[in-house]
Amino acid sequence: MIGEANEMSDANAVDGALLEVEDLKVTYEAQRGSFIKQVEYVHAVKGVSFEVKRGTTMGLVGESGSGKSTIGKAILRLAPLSGGSIRYEGKEISSLDDRSFMPYRKKIQTIFQDPYASMNPRLTVASIVSEPLVVHAREMSKADRLERVADLLEKVGLPADAMNRYPHQFSGGQRQRICIARALSSSPEFIICDECVSALDVSVQAQIVNLLQDIQDELGITYLFIAHDLAVVEHICQEALVMELGQIVEQGPTDDLYRSPQHPYTQRLLDAVPKMPTIVGAG
Amino acid sequence: MLLDVKDLKVSFHSRDGVNEAVKGISFQLDEGKTLAIVGESGSGKSVTSMSLTKLLPPPPLCRVSGEALLNGKSLFSLSSKDMQAVRGKEIAYIFQEPSTSLNPYYTVGSQIEEAIKYHRDDVEDVWAEVVKLLDQVGIRDPDKRANDYPHQMSGGMKQRVMIAIALACQPRILVADEPTTALDVTIEAQIIELLKELRAKLNMSIILITHNFGIVDEFADEIAVMFRGEIVEAGPATEVLANPQHPYTQALIKCIPKMGAKQKRLPMVDYPELEG
Repeated sequence: MIGEANEMSDANAVDGALLEVEDLKVTYEAQRGSFIKQVEYVHAVKGVSFEVKRGTTMGLVGESGSGKSTIGKAILRLAPLSGGSIRYEGKEISSLDDRSFMPYRKKIQTIFQDPYASMNPRLTVASIVSEPLVVHAREMSKADRLERVADLLEKVGLPADAMNRYPHQFSGGQRQRICIARALSSSPEFIICDECVSALDVSVQAQIVNLLQDIQDELGITYLFIAHDLAVVEHICQEALVMELGQIVEQGPTDDLYRSPQHPYTQRLLDAVPKMPTIVGAG
Repeated sequence: MLLDVKDLKVSFHSRDGVNEAVKGISFQLDEGKTLAIVGESGSGKSVTSMSLTKLLPPPPLCRVSGEALLNGKSLFSLSSKDMQAVRGKEIAYIFQEPSTSLNPYYTVGSQIEEAIKYHRDDVEDVWAEVVKLLDQVGIRDPDKRANDYPHQMSGGMKQRVMIAIALACQPRILVADEPTTALDVTIEAQIIELLKELRAKLNMSIILITHNFGIVDEFADEIAVMFRGEIVEAGPATEVLANPQHPYTQALIKCIPKMGAKQKRLPMVDYPELEG
């Protein structure tokens, strides 16, 4: 089940590129005024192009309002596209109807920022983690599903008995692990991590970052890692995109980006990061 | 010595049992100095600062014991009425989420005005003082912005308003509880710069509660590291950060991803080892 063959690959897919985004635009309509409603357009994403190679982690950094989360949402169809295209394994997916897009929902999963808000508090962990299976693997029996849930919980470092408990009984880091287990249940190829470690304590963040890397090493999953913490992005991503006000201002291998940033905004972001103390003594 | 806290204990009592959030800690704060209290969620750092001005639930839910002397005056033996005069006036707070700390129904100007009117009687023109404060915290066009509602402002601007409200009463101690955690890195840098300026200008003492070691290094004089309700290490900030003695401090600093460090895996904190 893990790593099953993919029947959807297109022979024309660009070598190595799993996801290609071309000139993506997302525009929201906002209404101002209470009596006389004026429509204002918010150009959240203003024509963004990039590609993510299979098995790698692409970072997407920027501040609030840069449009980085909106890109993730557009890929998942949680935000409307106003222009441009999104291709998965060479196939155009942004213009598919809901039904034709369904198989892609199995391959593209997501982990959100707030581990407290992204799970239904009334469902047990078993129900939460197996939800994608109920939708995408209808042929599985309940017993098989539960077995898979147990495997997944083990993979993310949670005890099997967590299955029968509820989200509120877990800490933030543990809840995020549950969300990772849920994201893995449909055997996805691509996971969008939308600020998924931002709300965690540093020690828990380290655990989750390591877990994500272990999963990538074992299963070859591709990540789009959306974050505002530059140090975490440098650690986990091979390449990154820097966004400002809806546009990509710089992109490239993280090494280059961090050591010799070209765009003044990238430089500004790097300069603003508080410098960590270097330990000279014990340890 | 401005603030002297001795053997502070805070416990929460419920049907499920007793949670000893703070297990007997002691620390001091000198005038004009900045103390950083560093720790993770559940370490007791926020509870510590809130206990000083009775911001925690009253007994039997929450019990506070120990001693906290502000300029020799015992805080814990003050009546509610007297504590009202301390809270905001002598010890002011800014919290992590500016969105939930500001009242959405009132303009920011009127909220600053409220603080001034309550605590100060030496101000003739209150509105002029409001505008002056907004200017002091770096808000452009302060006379116009004073009439804005919180939702019309960005996170960084709201946090500046919170600082203005805290400063309105010219407090001796400013408690900043994770003031920049919810803000972008460039805005965070601006807010830290602002706090540095104000600190220098007003000789204000600051208790900075954070889990961001980078800020501590550039901003704090002293540091106290909390773990499960206890202070495990304390001392001058630069020394402790350069040469941490306690395994928890060492582990915590090590597990933070550092810019430019080429690590395969992030080191993790080994809790069982620490507790044993």
